[in-house]
Amino acid sequence: MLKFTQDHEWLLVDGDAATIGITQHAQEQLGDLVFVELPKPGRSVDAGAAAAVVESVKAASDVYAPIAGEIVEINQAVVDEPSLVNLDPMGKGWLFKMKIADRSQVEALMDEQAYRTLVDSAAST
Amino acid sequence: MRAGIRSCCTGAIMSDVVASDRLKHTPLYQMHLDLGARMVPFAGYEMPVQYPNGILKEHLHVRAAAGLFDVSHMGQFEIRSRNGDSEGVARALESVVPMDIVGLASGRQRYALLTNEHGGIRDDLMIARLEDRFLIVANAACKDADEVYLREAMSHACTIERIEDRALVALQGPGAEAALAELAPDVRSMRFMDFRTTDVMNVACFVSRSGYTGEDGFEISLPASHAEAVARELLKNTNVAMIGLGARDSLRLEAGLCLYGSDLDTTTTPVEAALEWSIQKARRTGGSREGNFPGAQTILHHLVSGVPRRRVGLRPEGRAPIRHGAKLFSDQDVADAIGVVTSGGFGPSVNAPVAMGYVTSAGDVAGGTIYADLRGTRVPLRLSALPFISTTYKR
Repeated sequence: MLKFTQDHEWLLVDGDAATIGITQHAQEQLGDLVFVELPKPGRSVDAGAAAAVVESVKAASDVYAPIAGEIVEINQAVVDEPSLVNLDPMGKGWLFKMKIADRSQVEALMDEQAYRTLVDSAAST
Repeated sequence: MRAGIRSCCTGAIMSDVVASDRLKHTPLYQMHLDLGARMVPFAGYEMPVQYPNGILKEHLHVRAAAGLFDVSHMGQFEIRSRNGDSEGVARALESVVPMDIVGLASGRQRYALLTNEHGGIRDDLMIARLEDRFLIVANAACKDADEVYLREAMSHACTIERIEDRALVALQGPGAEAALAELAPDVRSMRFMDFRTTDVMNVACFVSRSGYTGEDGFEISLPASHAEAVARELLKNTNVAMIGLGARDSLRLEAGLCLYGSDLDTTTTPVEAALEWSIQKARRTGGSREGNFPGAQTILHHLVSGVPRRRVGLRPEGRAPIRHGAKLFSDQDVADAIGVVTSGGFGPSVNAPVAMGYVTSAGDVAGGTIYADLRGTRVPLRLSALPFISTTYKR
């Protein structure tokens, strides 16, 4: 199941874990990434807490944890090569994985249709 | 670093604009849209921050080939004598800048600083001289205040005309000369900081051999009505690409060049800013036209006795950029800051984060390593010479 947040993160459920990244729209808005800072595995985060930082040439942006849970794995590939997030934000450019603390928080996130509507309506303003 | 004193200029690349204000457009606005630019508000204008290739590619293209920038938002002024006395105009200009303008030859340009009575900097400018006038280029966010100030200070000696019907573009990079020479062959004979009128596509333009990237290149002032035609003709050369303000900022940072509003403001004096090279001998203590500019007492004292703080280059260790506003410390644990970062980001040509900041002059910086606060953690940075890249000015 693929879910989205208002802040342009995506979350892919796989059993009791979730993979998190930033969306195509987000990477387009940010431009070329030059640095990614990921959370330490073992850290527990609240829903909506700043969990990672992605930096473009011009600015740093926070990536928020869509749900509460414990960070279990990070994607070293994007630390080594931040441009991977631009190239494949929904796939190889994933940022971190977390254990889902509360399933209902996942249900409450936007589905793909709702996210697309959000992006399209932002584009037309 | 700005210490609450109101600066007339914001160096921020994304300045806030009240929603109801209409943003101004340069003569190349439509062309930017046609080329797929991402437009942002900057100094009251809608300006291209990048084109579809993105900032990294644009930056690298300038250093490898040739980049074309629209900088028409900047202020252009023509200063003329009221009675044919060019020296009188030069002296009037010397009353507002600590530079040698009397000695600036016709056909030459000089970097200049408008100072205030405390020795701080109101704006940084280019001043160029032709037989019958001086041309000034000022920062976009400062041009309104500069105009008021120049009129107050100099109207008795000269006429000051704000030029609203000319565009300003910059062509920068190792391929700039070849590209511009296709339209204006005589630019090949220009050396760094030469200034002349020349025809480009049968249109009279002002051309200087100068820029804001650390590369060889030209800045061209031309009638607004011809700007798009000239720009599109230059872009027909496959070596030339349109470059936005995002890459303009990363290029100038790598070149160690100051951005007014970030590295310079009304509280920074020229020697603190490591710009003493721009104050020629004639205006210094013992020179033939010593002093007689705003803040002379402070600035001349700084030239002789040194300064409490100084602009330096900084190379963060690791990959994280350290940006404007980050506090600087002599060690990992000390509480008191010794300075602040005034410009910082990622340098695509250096392929590493680079920054500039001010640090206190005392020897707090043993071993050349200091620390910046980055999101609550102290990160080491090494003091670095400026520029971070080799400049290629055609001297």
